[in-house]
Amino acid sequence: MYAQMVKSEGMKSPEEMSPEERAFQERVDRGEKIEPKEWMPEGYRKTLIRQMGQHAHSEIVGQLPEGNWITRAPTLERKAILLAKVQDEAGHGLYLYSAAETLGVSRDELMEKLHSGAMKYSSIFNYPTLTWADMGAVGWLVDGAAIMNQVPLQRTSYGPYSRAMIRICKEESFHQRQGYAIMMKMAQGTPEQKEMAQDALNRFWYPSLMMFGPSDKDSVHSAQSMAWKIKMNTNDELRQKFVDETVPQAKYLGLTVPDETLKWNEERGHYDFAEPDWDEFFEVIKGNGPCNEERLGARREAWDKGAWFRDGLTAYAEKAAARRAASNVAAE
Amino acid sequence: MTKKEWPLWEIFIRGQHGLNHRHVGSLHAPDAEMAIKNARDVYTRRKEGVSIWVVPSAAITASSPSEKGPLFDPAESKVYRHPTFFDIPDEVGHM
Repeated sequence: MYAQMVKSEGMKSPEEMSPEERAFQERVDRGEKIEPKEWMPEGYRKTLIRQMGQHAHSEIVGQLPEGNWITRAPTLERKAILLAKVQDEAGHGLYLYSAAETLGVSRDELMEKLHSGAMKYSSIFNYPTLTWADMGAVGWLVDGAAIMNQVPLQRTSYGPYSRAMIRICKEESFHQRQGYAIMMKMAQGTPEQKEMAQDALNRFWYPSLMMFGPSDKDSVHSAQSMAWKIKMNTNDELRQKFVDETVPQAKYLGLTVPDETLKWNEERGHYDFAEPDWDEFFEVIKGNGPCNEERLGARREAWDKGAWFRDGLTAYAEKAAARRAASNVAAE
Repeated sequence: MTKKEWPLWEIFIRGQHGLNHRHVGSLHAPDAEMAIKNARDVYTRRKEGVSIWVVPSAAITASSPSEKGPLFDPAESKVYRHPTFFDIPDEVGHM
């Protein structure tokens, strides 16, 4: 759910499906993986490009809020760890772009759509990271929420996507634990440090809940994506799972989840909790969050200012290839 | 704006000495040298390998999914190619 509100195609009943579509659905139902060159419904391909593209963009834009603290990490070790984490996010973006490319879209096309605003990235990265404690909260909550979605996606029907998710999940657990380790340190520190940790939790709690997307009753795209196994759980299921796992972790830290209605429901075996402000979510998605302009601006600037470098490497590769060809001719 | 996209490379990594190189994914790079440098950063951040191969994706010829039947089904009936097809009496000992 680095992919939110991915538009899917209309759902068809088995009778409405063509023989090819029916055979495809049966393969998915049997748990077979679909590979790039195999026949797939156009809607499946398009929905996957949207979802994987959005996921990749989120990994790339997700580097920015954390990159903000690399130069100001409190120790050299913390700096090295944060740098490694941010580098992982770049890697995750690249795995996902290349997986998306197997569907017949190029990485540059996807980049262009990100920069023009035609494609989105997760709403969470439009919030600022104001203190060092935010590095803790982002790792613990944001990466924690991402893991909830990514672990089941390892079983998704599309082979390259599934393999990318397996790699990503192996690395993601480091991200969450390094975040929690920062929170532990801060929560056990001076009263000011503990206050910073609490403030970070206060600011990131509801935006983290929003990461799962709107409630299932308002989510029009779920059914088809779930039938195709490119979405494995409903938004509400994952949000509940996240709350159930995170609340005891907050308790251990001695921090308070900023939700007065939060209560263990013995009957349901789950926590009852308050929904985030969905109006805020839709505003952020529309581009009106606190950092939308800054994030997209930073991406565009990096792309434009890197153009000479990309072109230079291309020119060098072409010249070197020409030189090799010439010396081969001379040798003959 | 770059007009030309960097070509795509398929990346193969040898995980440990004595194992085959294994396909791990793909990436873009202007040439083979850069592809190796990028592969090192993208695919071996946690000591996943001891050797890297890079191959231009365009150089790979793949069998077509529609040929799957004619290519692979004939092997199905040839179970005698597996050692377990043959019953060897216990008295013979390990073979």
